Amino acid sequence: MDALTTAFGLVFDPYVLAVILGAGLFGLFVGAIPGLTATMATALLVPVTFFMPPVPAVAAIVTATAMAIFSGDIPGALMRIPGTPASAAYADEAYAMTRKGQAELVLGAGLVFSVIGGLIGTTILVIAAPSLAEIALKFSSFEYFWLVLLGLTCAIFISAGGALRGFVSLLLGLVIATVGMENPAAFPRFTFDRPELTGGVTLIPMLVGLFAVSEIFRFVVAEAPPIMVAQERFGSIFRGQGKLIRQYPMQTLRGSLLGTAVGALPGAGADIAAWISYAISKKLSKTPEKFGTGHVEGVIESGAANNSALSGAWIPALVFGIPGDSITAIAIGVLYLKNMNPGPTIFLENPQNIYAVFIVFFLAQLLMLPLGWFAIKTYKQVLKVPRNVLMPLILLFCMVGAFAINNSVFDIGVMLAFGLLGWFLEANRFPVAPVILGAVLGHMLEDNFINSMIKADGQWGAFFDRPIAGGLAAATFLLWTAPLLLRLWRRARGAAA
Amino acid sequence: MIRGLLFRVVAVLMCLVCAPAVAQNDFPNRPVKLVVPWGAGGGTDAVARMLAALLEKDLGKPVNVVNVTGGSGVMGHQTIATAPPDGYTIGLITTEIVMIHHQGLTKFNGSSFTPLGLINVDPAAVQVRADSPYKSLNDLLAAIKANPGKLKASGTARGGSWHLSLYGLLKDARIDPTTVPWVPSVSNNAALLDLVAGGIDIVSGSHPEARPLIEAGKVRSLAIMDAQPSKLFPAVPTVKAASGSGWISGVWRGVAAPKGLPKAIEERLATATRKAWDSAEFRQFMESRGFGLNWKGPKEFAEFLAKSDTEAGALMKATGLAR
Repeated sequence: MDALTTAFGLVFDPYVLAVILGAGLFGLFVGAIPGLTATMATALLVPVTFFMPPVPAVAAIVTATAMAIFSGDIPGALMRIPGTPASAAYADEAYAMTRKGQAELVLGAGLVFSVIGGLIGTTILVIAAPSLAEIALKFSSFEYFWLVLLGLTCAIFISAGGALRGFVSLLLGLVIATVGMENPAAFPRFTFDRPELTGGVTLIPMLVGLFAVSEIFRFVVAEAPPIMVAQERFGSIFRGQGKLIRQYPMQTLRGSLLGTAVGALPGAGADIAAWISYAISKKLSKTPEKFGTGHVEGVIESGAANNSALSGAWIPALVFGIPGDSITAIAIGVLYLKNMNPGPTIFLENPQNIYAVFIVFFLAQLLMLPLGWFAIKTYKQVLKVPRNVLMPLILLFCMVGAFAINNSVFDIGVMLAFGLLGWFLEANRFPVAPVILGAVLGHMLEDNFINSMIKADGQWGAFFDRPIAGGLAAATFLLWTAPLLLRLWRRARGAAA
Repeated sequence: MIRGLLFRVVAVLMCLVCAPAVAQNDFPNRPVKLVVPWGAGGGTDAVARMLAALLEKDLGKPVNVVNVTGGSGVMGHQTIATAPPDGYTIGLITTEIVMIHHQGLTKFNGSSFTPLGLINVDPAAVQVRADSPYKSLNDLLAAIKANPGKLKASGTARGGSWHLSLYGLLKDARIDPTTVPWVPSVSNNAALLDLVAGGIDIVSGSHPEARPLIEAGKVRSLAIMDAQPSKLFPAVPTVKAASGSGWISGVWRGVAAPKGLPKAIEERLATATRKAWDSAEFRQFMESRGFGLNWKGPKEFAEFLAKSDTEAGALMKATGLAR
């Protein structure tokens, strides 16, 4: 108890609070610029944190990341530029709502349910970190193989254009994932001797191209540009959120729990969590037909999952020093620097420091409400800009963002090429989101499959031998055969009747 | 007319002759770019950002870290090697530069740079699961000999530096390296996780990387491929003490500029690097992360590059990793 009191004293210190506010504003700014990522925000903070005591140093990183991830969703909803593969799961839905004139509702929901998801994820982190981390350590390539397959399956089920078209898009994504030499044999594949392609197709330019640039092309070629529903006035973003909380409590809780669990697995993360959540939301919804037309339900569940997965990623990071994503990888470095060595002992040695970090987690989530409100208020001005002015500006921002990832002009070309591909796909009613998922998870699918085969000396049985792998395999096969079995069952019943 | 022309030619020539001299005297007069061939957030990136902050103090001009990633380090190293040799583009080069050209991925190698200073070496070590029956390196080597092909190892991508370290160790112990199948992994962390999850049996990697899991009692380090035990885990014996083999291997990071750097600028940058390396801040940073602090000046660094290149090439050919 003494440690807890000390911890509160450590956090509620004017200097620490000022650092938290400053880092929050910084994260908000970086995240809101399309193409700049939360990982970049964190990396830029590291040299600054070197000159701070442990608690404000970690607080700066925790706050900046939380804000950057949230504000990355704003351009996704307003301009269809998703900041991360995770937000690609619901970017289309959010943008559809903006076009229906419900920008404030979807942004508000994104904010409120991100905060709720984050708070639930953090609570689980505080209560159950050590035991959850033990479970996460049981995941080998066999388990990850099935988990990835499960994630890919979900992409097909939720595709707006129907399962077959979703499947085609997904396969396209998987083909893109084969480019490069980041494959088990470390052999350059489909690189056409371009060194830029040896690392594979860069994700962010591909993401920006498929979503944002394709939208610009569509705007340009449309003879009568679709007029966005005039936003009469941008109301309070918090209005109506209370009603949503009462209307979708199960969705919120389900998303948060799933997000934390998947986020805690070092080999999976927020992207798989957001996709599976969105799929579950649609499958179990009372109104699945509304999904894809600008319906807030899926945004709520996958938004909560997305943010709670970020808290989940800290579980293996704090308990075993194993990063769940690129952000926690940087944060672990800072923890070592501040003599807060991750490991089971982090809870025993200097417990006041780790309690202080937990308090900062909660504080950062709550700070997101006022800062997020401020960011949305500022950002919504883009809706007032005439679209023939806005679209070239978006293109400019997309180019800067695509260039900034690797400081490479090649990536601008990648972005434009994927813009064309995205435009062509959508003109033929193929969804673009599964392309992204395929490209992200394709590597993981291949790596985990090949690695498992090497480990098992080519024996297929190994994919089912381990208990967790067997369970995940059963779930995957059930999902694949469920529509068929249901149909057979209905037919049998019909014949009997 | 002719005099005017002559005057102009002489003026231009004088500028050409004097400009570099002037530029060298007041080097640097604009921001310096520090290229990192690896992504933001990794260990190399962290070292680079710390170093940049310290170089900035000494040079008096901003030093900006630029991550140029892709192609197993090819893109970043290529960016440094092909930049104008004026001192305004320097970079952190890493172990991979002596390996990737043997794989036919690039034409650049260690001699494509002006070495300024080697700043860090992290020796490789052999890790096993804490509950495995192998208590010493000899136990493990005996098990590999007794059951060829049964024990699986990992630590990095196929043909990566940790892969070579382990293969070198096995070759030195007169064991056919191919009797330990290599399971590629995206990072050493991923390999360690797989080790703990029971997917593989051996991980080759550094002590800083394995540290949290060793401290958590999940992983045991059997031996370190260095001349002396590591500061992090002094109880872990060297390979020499554990099995008698003199094999030494590890990853390193160094500061380098493009080839053809003027001598004065080379000296200025080498001195600044040494000063940053000597500073208390840098030492504290490296020690807290568990990174090994090693220094080699421009000349020794160049010799080290040539020697590592030959060693890596021979090993990669012997094990079929070279193309």
